[in-house]
Parts: sequence; C-alpha cells; structure tokens
Amino acid sequence: MDFLSKNLPYLLAGISVGGQYALIAIGYTMVYGILRLINFAHGDIFTVAGLILIYATTILPLYISIPLTLVATVALGYIVERAAYKPLRNAPRMSVMISAIGVSYLLQNLALYITGGLAQTYPAIPFISNTISVGPATTKVVTVITPILTIILVIALMQLIGHTKIGMAMRAVANDFETSRLMGIKVDTVISMTFIIGSFLAAVGSILYFANYPSVIPTSGAMPGLKAFVAAVFGGIGSIPGAVIGAFIIGISENIIKGLGWTTFSDAFTFALLIIVLLVKPTGLFGEKATDKV
Amino acid sequence: MKKTRTSDIVISVCLYLVLLGFILFLDRTLPATDIALTVLKKGCIYSLVAVSMNLLNGFTGLFSLGQAGFMMIGGYTYAILTIPVEARDSVYQYFNGGIVRFSVPFWVGLIAAGIVAAIFAWLIGLPVLRLKSDYLAIATLGFAEIMRAFFQWDSLGVLTNGSNMLRKYPAFRSTVFPFVTASLCIGIIVLIINSSYGRAFRAIRDDEIAAEAMGINLAKHKRMSFCISSFFAGVGGALLAMYQTSIQAAPFKSAMTYEILLIVVIGGLGSVTGSCIGSFLFIACSEWWLRFLDAETTIGTFRVPLLRSGFRKVVFSVIIMLIVLFAQKGIMGNKEFSVSGIRDWLTKKKQKKEAGA
Amino acid sequence: MKKLAALAVCAAMSLATVLSASAADTITIGVFEPASGDNGAGGKQETLGVRYANYVQPTVEIDGVEYDVVLNIQDNESSTDKAPTAAVAAADGASVVLGSYGSAVSIAAGDTFLQAGVPAIGITCTNPQVTDGNENYFRICFLDPFQGTVLANYASESFGAKKAYVLTKLGDDYSKGLGYYFTQAFEALGGEVVADDFPEGTADFTSYITTAMNEGCEVIMAPTSIEAAQLIIETAAAQGVTVPLLAGDTWDSNVILAAAEGKDVQIYVTTFYQEGADKEFDAAIKEWINSDSELLAYNGGNDTIAAVTVMGYDAYFTALEAIKNAGSADPADVLAALPSTTYTGVTGQIAFDEVGDAIRDTAFVKVANTETGAWDFVAEQGVQ
Repeated sequence: MDFLSKNLPYLLAGISVGGQYALIAIGYTMVYGILRLINFAHGDIFTVAGLILIYATTILPLYISIPLTLVATVALGYIVERAAYKPLRNAPRMSVMISAIGVSYLLQNLALYITGGLAQTYPAIPFISNTISVGPATTKVVTVITPILTIILVIALMQLIGHTKIGMAMRAVANDFETSRLMGIKVDTVISMTFIIGSFLAAVGSILYFANYPSVIPTSGAMPGLKAFVAAVFGGIGSIPGAVIGAFIIGISENIIKGLGWTTFSDAFTFALLIIVLLVKPTGLFGEKATDKV
Repeated sequence: MKKTRTSDIVISVCLYLVLLGFILFLDRTLPATDIALTVLKKGCIYSLVAVSMNLLNGFTGLFSLGQAGFMMIGGYTYAILTIPVEARDSVYQYFNGGIVRFSVPFWVGLIAAGIVAAIFAWLIGLPVLRLKSDYLAIATLGFAEIMRAFFQWDSLGVLTNGSNMLRKYPAFRSTVFPFVTASLCIGIIVLIINSSYGRAFRAIRDDEIAAEAMGINLAKHKRMSFCISSFFAGVGGALLAMYQTSIQAAPFKSAMTYEILLIVVIGGLGSVTGSCIGSFLFIACSEWWLRFLDAETTIGTFRVPLLRSGFRKVVFSVIIMLIVLFAQKGIMGNKEFSVSGIRDWLTKKKQKKEAGA
Repeated sequence: MKKLAALAVCAAMSLATVLSASAADTITIGVFEPASGDNGAGGKQETLGVRYANYVQPTVEIDGVEYDVVLNIQDNESSTDKAPTAAVAAADGASVVLGSYGSAVSIAAGDTFLQAGVPAIGITCTNPQVTDGNENYFRICFLDPFQGTVLANYASESFGAKKAYVLTKLGDDYSKGLGYYFTQAFEALGGEVVADDFPEGTADFTSYITTAMNEGCEVIMAPTSIEAAQLIIETAAAQGVTVPLLAGDTWDSNVILAAAEGKDVQIYVTTFYQEGADKEFDAAIKEWINSDSELLAYNGGNDTIAAVTVMGYDAYFTALEAIKNAGSADPADVLAALPSTTYTGVTGQIAFDEVGDAIRDTAFVKVANTETGAWDFVAEQGVQ
C-alpha cells in the first residue's frame, strides 16, 4: 500500500501527460502521413489555442469561449495550410519544412507581442479544474479525464478514417499522392481536412493541458510539440494508433525517470528512447516499411 | 564545368583584400563596442556555422538538425581548455576550481574545439547516419538535446561548471580576428567542396543509389561530411564563445539550429556565398536594423501605433515568411557570388535567362 | 522583388540612423532589461521602476545646466547569446547603464560594458559573478550567498525544518546559485537536502512535488523564474501540499500572488522591499501605473508594487546621484564617481563596497496572504 501511494502520482501524471501528447501527436502523424512534412508549427498552434481561450474568457462566458476556441484554432490550422504550405506544394520538401519553421517563428513572436512576454493565466474551468482524490493520491479531475477523452477521440477518429468517404480519400492520398489525384480525389480538400482534424485535436489537447498547468507563455507549445513529434516518430510516423501508444509510453516513462531522481535527464531520456527505437526499428514501432522508389 | 580564369581569381582575391581593409578601417575608426562591429563579428561567426551546415544539408543532402549541439561542444571545449589557471577558482566557484588544472593558448583551444566536436560527430554518426532524411533530422536534434542535458549535469560540474557560465577565457576584441578565422575556415570548406570528395558529396545528394552504383562509398562519405561539418560548427561555437565572452549551455537549443537552418535556406541551399550573405542580413536585421521597432516613438504628439517591445520580432518573422514563400530558392539559389558570375551576368544576361539557371 | 528588398533594407538603415541621432542637451541612461523570454515579466516590472523614476525626475542638473534624461531601453531577451548586441545598443551614448534582471545576461554583458567604458548598475542581479572581476559593474541589491543563508536560517528557525527539497532550473545561473548557497547554509545548520532540477519548458511539476512529499521534506525551496513558479504553486495546491514553499527575490511579484490567491499554500519569500513601508511612495507610483492601461499591463495587470520595481526606481536615482557627483555625463567620470556615491532610497541606504556590491545586511521575509492577495510582512532577517 505504501508503495502504491508513493508511486501512483507518478503514474497518474504520466498517463495524463501521455494523453495530452497523444492529441498533439495525431496532428503531426496525419500531416506527415500525407504531405511528408514535419509540421513544426503544430506546437505553436497548440499555444495559440491556449491564448485564444484566455482572451476569449475575458469577454465571453466559458460555454461560448470553449467552442469558439475550437473553431478559431481549426480556422488557424486551415489558414496556415492554405497560406504557407499550399503555395509550396511543388517546391522541394526542405522549402516546406522551412516554411513550417517560419510559421512557428511567426506565431511565437506574435504571441510574444500580444502577451507582452508575460505569462498568461489560464482560466479555471469548472469541474475539470477541481481537485479529487484517486486512492491515496490527490490530483485534478482533468488528469483522470484526459486519457479517457483521448481514447474516445482516437476511436472516433479511427472510425472516421476507416469508414467514411473522406477517411478513405485520406488513406488513398497517404498511400500514393499522385495516383489518388489521377483517380479524381480532391487532394487539396483532403489535406485541408487533415489540418482541420489535427488542429481540432490540438485545441482539445490544449484545453486539457492548460487546465492542468494553467500558465501560457509564447513557447509553451514548443516542448510538448517536440515531445509529441517524438511520440509520433516513436510509434511509427503516419500511424495513428502508433502515435497514441508512443505518446503514452513517453509520458509514463518520462515521469518514472523523474520519480527515480534522474530529473536532469527527463527530456534527454525521451530522445534517447527515440534514437534507440529508430536504430532497432527505423520506421518506428508501428510504421510501415517504406520502399524507396528509384 | 567551366574553368575559372586566372584573372577572376586575382580579382576575387583583391575584392577579399578590399573587404578586409574595409573591416580593418572600421575596426580602427569606430569605437570598440559600436553596434556595426558587434553585428559584423556575429555575422562572421554565423557565416562559418551556416556554411558548415550547408555542407551537410545543401551539398551532401543529409538533413541534420544537430548544429547547435556541435557548436555547444566546440564552445565548451574551447572555454574549458583556455580559462587561465588563476581564474579557475572564481569561475568554478561551486566546484572547487574544477578538475582541469592547466590551460592552453587560444589557437590550440580553437583547433581542439573543432576536433572534439568532430569526434563526437563520428561517435554519433556511427549509429545515426544509417537513418534517412527526417529520421536523421529528429535523431540529430535528439542528440543535441541529450548533449545539452549532459553539459548541464551537476555531476559533470567539475568539468562543465554545470548550469553556470564559463567565462574569463581569452576572447577577441578586434573584428578582424573572427573575419579572418571564419574566412580561412570557409576557404577550406570551399576547397573540400570543389575536390573529388565534394563531388562525391553532391552525387550522394542528387541520387544516393546512383552514387553508390558509381562506386562511391556512401557510409564513408556521409560520415566524412558529417565530421567535417561538425568540426567547423565546433570552431564556430568556439568563436561564438569568444564573442559572447561567456558561455552557457542554455541558449544552444533547437531554436538556434532552426535559426541557422533559416539562414542557410534564405541564403540558398547549396550556395556558400549565399549562406554568408544570409548570415549578415539575418543578424543585422534581427539584432540591429529593426531595433527601432521596439521603441515607442512619438512624432510630435502622435504616438506611432503598434511600436512596442516585441514588434521587431513580428516584423522580422513576417519578412522571413515573405522570403520563404516568394523567393523559394533563397537569395542566391544554388549559384555562387563570383567575379565570373557577375561578368556573365553583365555580358550575357539574356542567355542565362533562357538557360533558366 | 530583390530590388524591393534591397530598397527596404536601405530605408530601414537610414531610418535607424535618423532615430539614433539624439539632441545635445540630453543625458542618456541605458536600460538593459529582458522584455521577453523567461525573465520577461520580472524585467518589465524592473524597467517600470526606472521609467517611473524618470517620470518623477526627468532632468538632472550639472554645473547649473539642466539636462533632460533620456532612457534607452533595450530588450536582452533573457538570453545570453542575444545579450552582447543588446548591451551594445544600451551602452550606445549612455552615461551609465542600469540592469539587468537575471544574473546570467548581466554576466554575459559585463565584458561589453567594460570594453565600452560605460559603468553599469545591476538592479537585482544577485549572483556574485556579476561584479566579480569587473570594475565597471556595480549593484544595489544583496547577493545570493546572503539571501541563501537568510532563507536557510529562516527555514531552520521558524519551521524547525530538518529536511528541505531544493528544486532548481537546469541551465539557470540564478536558480542554481541560490539553490547552492541555500544548500550550503542549510547543511551547515545540520539539515538534509534533497535536490532536483527541471529542464527548460517543463510545465508538469507533479512528479517533483510527489518526490518532495515522498521524501518527507519539511520545506520546499524553489528559486525559479516567475513563469515556473506559477506552475509549481498550482501543482502544489492541487496535490494538497501543506509544507511551506520558500523562494528568493524573483517570487516577490503580483503574478505569484495571483497564482496563490484562494489556494491552500504557504509561500515565503525574501525580498528587498516591503510594500507599505513608504506609504507616500506607494500611493504615488500606484496612481501613475493606474493612469495608463499600457503601464498596468506592463506591471502584469494590477498595481501591486514588486520589490524589483522599487529597486529600479532607486537604481535610477543612484545613477543620477553619481552623475551629479561626477559633474559630467562622460561615462568615465561617472565610473570614477560611482564607488563613493551613496544614496538613501526607498529600499534603504545604498553604498558600494570595494567590489562594487551594495552594502546590505538585511532582507525582508514576506508571506503571501492567499485571502487578500497581498504580501504580509513577516520579519526582517539578517545574518550573524
């Protein structure tokens, strides 16, 4: 019992963080699956979602602010894709990646300018910001809700991809960009849809994340973004279940490392784990074997 | 490939000497801490680092994001080796003066910085270079983060001073020193690029499988490019440490690598002169020319809107996005700024256009 | 496109030149402070103090001639690699430079001020290395060895703590330094220390707090930036932590009060100034801050006066005093006059020792009142 009470908080924190990473990681993995683009701006869209809610709640009640945040974040994701990635569809991959870094830079600096560099306090959201006891541990409700909500959203997403027309189109485009275009699939619509789904999940992730850690600074999204990306690569980039499982593994092991007292290496460990997995299985845990075309 | 005319080489050397003379002149006439000189110094250092990254990303086609990590290794190596013995007690104040009880002249430290960075690159390259494109990128990024954690680790504090700064090592005051050192290093990189190794690198970039079929040892050449690039990143890091007069692991994070990558792409992937021009423009814009945007300005009684701290960075990132979107090949594309290039441009401008670069 | 870009660059350059040209009958004081990055919030509050002082006393008289004092505020982005250029920009044409909040950037800029021959007055950079071996750097605050000892004594005497959890930020001189001095002093008193550090960008402090509880620590010492502090307080409250949180001068901020308000946490800080010690001053500066929404935002949204703001105010007047003593605006003369300059400010008597550090032997200990959202005075603490 003593062992449990001492270690349960680490595990709870790990599962909760894992769920948050998972929601961001899906955005990375879907975009990569279709465009072969590391969307460096995804972490910043997550930050901006946090800021939108903060500014929205200063004038609007929460039940309007939350849907508004979701809509605004989705719109932002859509605009970023149209403005910064679509014009570069035929450019070398490096150019698109640079554009992603540029967008990330721009969003961070805009956030810096608007917030004035001051950390913004996230509003307390009734119910999920409350404190509860889970067995011997005390934590916030959101910690418990996060993994559950993540799993529900992922199952819904899998259904969408597996059983709807747009989902089928997504799989086709991910499989072969050119051929699916020839088959009459509107590739641009599919790509926009990918960014919309990714941004939506990032917005949900941001609400869960900042409800738990209620302070937003312009670089808030950088580390979670990077970790989520690592999770996506870890699980096999392009694979949604892979990204989710990768995210949970990383979230949990990161907190175990902290619990063992190796706090200095809590971030470094994540990367070490990634490198080991890549060396053993270069396409990640659940990645499909890629064949190079000559 | 066209043969370079002797007269072109002479003119190029003369142009370089004129530039050197100009910098010497500025160095003598302007006060030591004039912002123009500060920007020039940092521009030289970033040129070197950007060219070294270009060697890897632009010429060999290896997408690596570990540059800041190698710069950090170089900077630390330099600082650890060159801090005067008598200053060590005050620098390593929490670690009883550290374990290194000697110090070497600055030029030894500078070369050692490159060598240590290259050794690390060799070790990291053994496993990592087997990975392809984005996987290589994320793995090198990861290694840079791991190295950073190690350098900040208290248990290594007797060597690295933990999270605290290393300082009081010899640094330069004149602008000529970083300019000459950086141009020397860039000169060596250019020689490598134009050698048979450089041609092998480019062959790998253009088509790995074809290059292998032609008998190029992929693993060997990739490793070589990785180590050479890291060597010069290490030297660049040491120069940066000298420029800052103090060094700490904290700023060497992935944001720094992204910054250098931006410079490389803005200058033109695969163009050495592009990287240099890109560096100077980038540093000057981000740290000097746009500074007025941060200050609240009133003209008469009219308070200019938007101007307040942070606006400079917004404008700067908008400029970057415009360049990325509308000048996709960067300032120089994959061409070089050269005397013959200018002559060609002046004489047969039309032909060039038809050829489509 | 390229021509356009070239034109734009030229235009920007010429504009910058025009703007940097200043009138002859003014004296420039450089302000080298972070307005962004990790220490942005604290840096802005400190800058606010300097700006207020400049508002109160915008002129200085030298040899019967009245000069306007102009502030040249430059953002060092809390980053040591951006500090040298910012320092150069701040020192440009300045008689003296004030700043910075955060010791690391001050150390990084020290050599620049030395080269430029411009004296610098550190306002709240508490790390000993700032002034060590740099005859141009002075400071008006106490140092970390002192502050760390005060905190350790307080933890031991007032709470009877035998075991402390020291949580510092990886890669942060200030945090590591203060943590080090606290540990030294606490262990000398017979206490035991459990130390952890967190990397930059950490938002989830659950595991750290859990470790502190599991180890049975009786105080948590967390010398961190304000940004991390908010999250530490939040997590501590969510996990029902009952032991006191201790921190240094950085935590003395209205942001901390806002984070602690309505929560069941005890937060003790050591600081330079106790709000309410000088009622007149407090009222006047509050009125000034409330007069402009921009200033209010600069201060983090309300009018609670941070100690760093008051320190910024005193630093400005100390600088004016030095300029008056020097009888000239030439940085070399000001540098020569600084060691013997004394000034009685809102935070007390300011005088420099031979290293250039302020001679200060007391710190104020305050506790956050989670009901009223204000600091309550606890004790004035010194070191024997």
